[in-house]
Amino acid sequence: MTGLVLDHLTIRQGDQSLVALTAAIRPGEVLTIMGASGSGKSTLLSALIGTLAPAFRCEGRITLNDRDVTALPTRARRIGILFQDDLLFPHLSVAGNLGFGLPARHRSDRAARIDAALAEMDLAGFGPRDPATLSGGQRARVALLRTLLAEPQALLLDEPFSRLDAGLRSQIRTLVFDRARADGLPVILVTHDPDDARAAGGAVLSPLGARIST
Amino acid sequence: MRLRAGLLRQVPRVTVLLLTLPVLAGLAGTLIPAANPAALRALANWPGLEGAVRLSLVSGIASTLLALMLSLGLVAALLEHRSFGRVQALLSPLLSVPHAAAALGLAFLIAPSGWIARMLSPWATGWTTPPDLLILNDPMGLALIVGLTAKEMPFLLLMILAALPQVDANRRLTLAASLGYGRIAGFGLTVLPALYPLIRLPIYAVLAYAMTSVEMAMILGPSLPPGLSVQITQWMTDPSLAHRGTAAAAALLQLVLVIATLALWHGAERLIRRALRRQAARGRRAVPLDLLRRPLITLSVVLAAALFAGLAGLSLWSVAGLWPFPDLLPDWTLTTWTRVAPDLLTTTGTTLTLALLSTGAALGLVLSSLEAEHRYRLSPGAGAMALLYLPLIMPQVAFLPGLQIAALRLGAMEGVLAVASAHLIFVLPYVYLSLAAPYRAFDPRIALQATALGAGPARIFWTLRLPMLLSAVLTAAAVGVAVSVGQYLPSLLIGGGRVETLTTEAIALSSGGNRRIVGAYALLQMLLPALGFALAIGLPRLVFRHRRGMLPA
Amino acid sequence: MNRRDFGWLAIAALTIAGTAQAQTPGQTPGQTQAQTPAPTPTQTWAEVESAAKGQTVYFHAWGGDPKINDFIAWVGEQAQSRYGVSIEHVKLAATSDAVARVVAEQAAGQSEGGAVDLIWINGENFAAMKAEGLLHGPFATNLPNWPLVDVAGKPAVTTDFTLPTEGYESPWAMAQLVFEYDSVRVPAPPVSLTLLQDWIVAHPGRFTYPQPPDYLGTTFLKQVLYGVIADPAVLQTAVDEASYEATVAPLWTFLDTIHPALWRAARAFPANEPAMGQLLADAEIDIAFALNPGRASAEITAGTLADTTRTFVLDGGTIGNASFVAIPFNASHKEGALVVANLLLDPAVQARAQDPAVLGFQTVLNPAALSPEATAAFAALQLGVATLSPADLGPTLLEPHASWMTRISTDWITRYGVVQ
Repeated sequence: MTGLVLDHLTIRQGDQSLVALTAAIRPGEVLTIMGASGSGKSTLLSALIGTLAPAFRCEGRITLNDRDVTALPTRARRIGILFQDDLLFPHLSVAGNLGFGLPARHRSDRAARIDAALAEMDLAGFGPRDPATLSGGQRARVALLRTLLAEPQALLLDEPFSRLDAGLRSQIRTLVFDRARADGLPVILVTHDPDDARAAGGAVLSPLGARIST
Repeated sequence: MRLRAGLLRQVPRVTVLLLTLPVLAGLAGTLIPAANPAALRALANWPGLEGAVRLSLVSGIASTLLALMLSLGLVAALLEHRSFGRVQALLSPLLSVPHAAAALGLAFLIAPSGWIARMLSPWATGWTTPPDLLILNDPMGLALIVGLTAKEMPFLLLMILAALPQVDANRRLTLAASLGYGRIAGFGLTVLPALYPLIRLPIYAVLAYAMTSVEMAMILGPSLPPGLSVQITQWMTDPSLAHRGTAAAAALLQLVLVIATLALWHGAERLIRRALRRQAARGRRAVPLDLLRRPLITLSVVLAAALFAGLAGLSLWSVAGLWPFPDLLPDWTLTTWTRVAPDLLTTTGTTLTLALLSTGAALGLVLSSLEAEHRYRLSPGAGAMALLYLPLIMPQVAFLPGLQIAALRLGAMEGVLAVASAHLIFVLPYVYLSLAAPYRAFDPRIALQATALGAGPARIFWTLRLPMLLSAVLTAAAVGVAVSVGQYLPSLLIGGGRVETLTTEAIALSSGGNRRIVGAYALLQMLLPALGFALAIGLPRLVFRHRRGMLPA
Repeated sequence: MNRRDFGWLAIAALTIAGTAQAQTPGQTPGQTQAQTPAPTPTQTWAEVESAAKGQTVYFHAWGGDPKINDFIAWVGEQAQSRYGVSIEHVKLAATSDAVARVVAEQAAGQSEGGAVDLIWINGENFAAMKAEGLLHGPFATNLPNWPLVDVAGKPAVTTDFTLPTEGYESPWAMAQLVFEYDSVRVPAPPVSLTLLQDWIVAHPGRFTYPQPPDYLGTTFLKQVLYGVIADPAVLQTAVDEASYEATVAPLWTFLDTIHPALWRAARAFPANEPAMGQLLADAEIDIAFALNPGRASAEITAGTLADTTRTFVLDGGTIGNASFVAIPFNASHKEGALVVANLLLDPAVQARAQDPAVLGFQTVLNPAALSPEATAAFAALQLGVATLSPADLGPTLLEPHASWMTRISTDWITRYGVVQ
């Protein structure tokens, strides 16, 4: 497992450079990207997840565990993403949401896996619940579970804690990083909050590769 | 997988083709006989020509203008008001009333022997027999204008409401209010310029219909001379072949009139836009304009009430025995219903089949097109959108006869399937318009999240998009059913009289002036679409009763 | 969609339209097609009946009167139980709709398997179809029930608006113009044209007539013409251009006199007979008229007209005609249509039509030719409270030549068709 490697990843729009990164994130490590709005954070995220608009020119390579994913579609990259909003599917139950993430090849023990995952997060018995009836913290945990159940090889975090109130934020933050470390997932965290960067504990760069001290 | 992808990519193109080919072919077929100097001369010699043209222009422009101003005014006056929700709830039932039923109801309401006169007689008016007042079928077309306005307002309102979220109306209005502007001035200066381009095509459709409506003009409009489209229909169905040429020439004239009026309207848009911009820069708060709020709301309420009252009156006729003037209520009897019941069952079955077939096909095509647009990043250009509106803007009477002959010659199948195909031409645009905005507004991050979780586009469509858009899909289906139920000329001409729908029956029976039977058929005409809308509201509530996030706020 | 797509679209549309337009008779009126040979010389009635069994006859008939619709439904039951033929009543807003359908099928070259099997028809619609060769026949004189028809006593059954039917249509009901009035509001009905004119002027807004070219409206105009014309005999021949203007001048004088006193001051007219009937029922007018002497009684029985309504005719007689059924040249179920046409002439069916509780239509049959049971059935019928007895109905004036109706309609539209 070599982790996530960005090899001279450069993204230009017109003659303006938005992203210029070379970085290697080992399993369990967190790379924090910080910058003001419009600075290229979202462009980088799009490039990593595979939804970069045609208006942008992208050079360089993205390698994940020795797989070159630069040209792969989103579906095939095995990179999980967490957004600001938990984006739980409102028409499915909690178990339904988790089942959506669980790969189809697990046929016989789906229910068992989901229950086990919920129990790990102190959400035992929440399977049949309506996501809209959960608290903010509970929803964040379910969202994290859903992403992890899909067995990703890397994690992208798009300011995932900014909607949570202060107390919840540090709690969820710790949870996410601990799980990533336990599962051996390289993580890229995009944020404008220095607290997040400090909690991540890894390198902090701007989209253009400049080091930022927190 | 690549073959299927290729197929899906073509669906938007095929859909537009399915819409426009019949219209263009029908147009050519109907208008070619007009290229004949004898026909044009016959048309020019028709004494009613000037009156008919004037009626078409006046009633079309006046009713559209009125409906537009009332709709905009209502939205401006009531947005964010607590009663706005009630307005939206009323829209669906109003929309589902077919034009013929609305016209018949209104006719009964305002006729000198109608309900309003009965309510006021003899205690207020002293009338023991109906007065000799030319209210219905008046030469200036006032009754027709009222009817058209009442029927087109809900449609325009719906289109405006659909477009409002895209122009951030609430925040703009709040901003304008915070700067001291009155509600109406604020709406007109900050929201309208952004809103209008989104509702332009629906307005054109309304204008075209108002100028060329056959059913409403037959029932409410003047008869000396009749409206142009009514006369065209009479000439087209006249057994003497000599009138065919005149009819074709008149259809050509009708088409030219519609196009010219649309162009005129478009020019007026520019002038008004410029005027608004100048006015905005002046900074006049125009708070007194808000005095119009109450009259606007009252007028809209009166129109809606008139529509409902007329329909209620029609329904009463269906259970009426003897009902002489000036009795307010009739003697009750169920003979009308027992008499029509057997026919009603088969006719309702046919109408329902047609509606389900055409709406089902339309939904399939529209959903595939929208999904293709999403997947392949196609966006319908202005040309494609205009083509989508083509069946709604072209006068039906100008292309359906040609289409009928073409269908016969090509040996196209008769019966329910052929009529359903004809209905599809008109149902498709409405279903598309109804579904496009909610479909495109679907949160792209949901799809992105699903993709990151490893789901393919097909899986996302069936397990995420469709269920989450259930309410919008069912509403679009209800709209489609309403459109199909209300179709008259397509069912009559393409069906060759073999395909009886509730609407063809109601109009055939209305020629007999027998209000009782008309009342029974009109009631059912309204019931089917109303059921559709009830389903559209109720089914999602049922399916998602344990999913608070899916229920409307 | 790009420019190429638009191009293909335009080409496809024009091609389809072009093929559809090929061979359209279009602008060549009077083009006659070969008449369909009559089937009867080689087919016996038994063969017709057996071929008809199981067929569904699409009977295109005006659907604006529920009593007529019920009657046709009853005829359908009879046809089913007696001959195994079912009737599908296609309700028309106007007879011309069915004619237009057959015309369109002919234009498209569809010479068999047509959508229309049987049409309730007469007058100018019949003349138009016969002239264009759109009718199957002759068949009427070969029907088994034909000997019962009162050809001698009711010449209108073989002469439709002066045009000999030549067996291309079969009669099933007699009609005569009668005036209906509310006896409470009109104590002394005006029984001559002069009296009617005076009454109208004295009671403004209480009389009207259906808007030409409606069938009943033009009938009223013809009735007036009969009353004001110098020599009524000219009406039985085609319009003579040279003397036309002078001949009809009194008609326009009459109309000019009464129009200011008409309902709505002649700025609007009811569309047709039932619309005018509704005006009478609503008490918007005091005098109406209809071509069915039994209509008022039937409406009273149905509870839709006040029971004080009565009828009267004008001194000198009123116009009468017959209703027919005809079979299009390309009908899909000709044998079934023949069976139905014959069934309509059956005495039991005719008696039921004459029953004022059902329709009140006058029969086309000759009373002397009926069997004793049939005669008794007719005698047992009540006339209806508002129906005049055959003696009181007075003489029947024959319909004028069809060209008069066409000419008068057109001139009426020119003179009065546009409100100033």
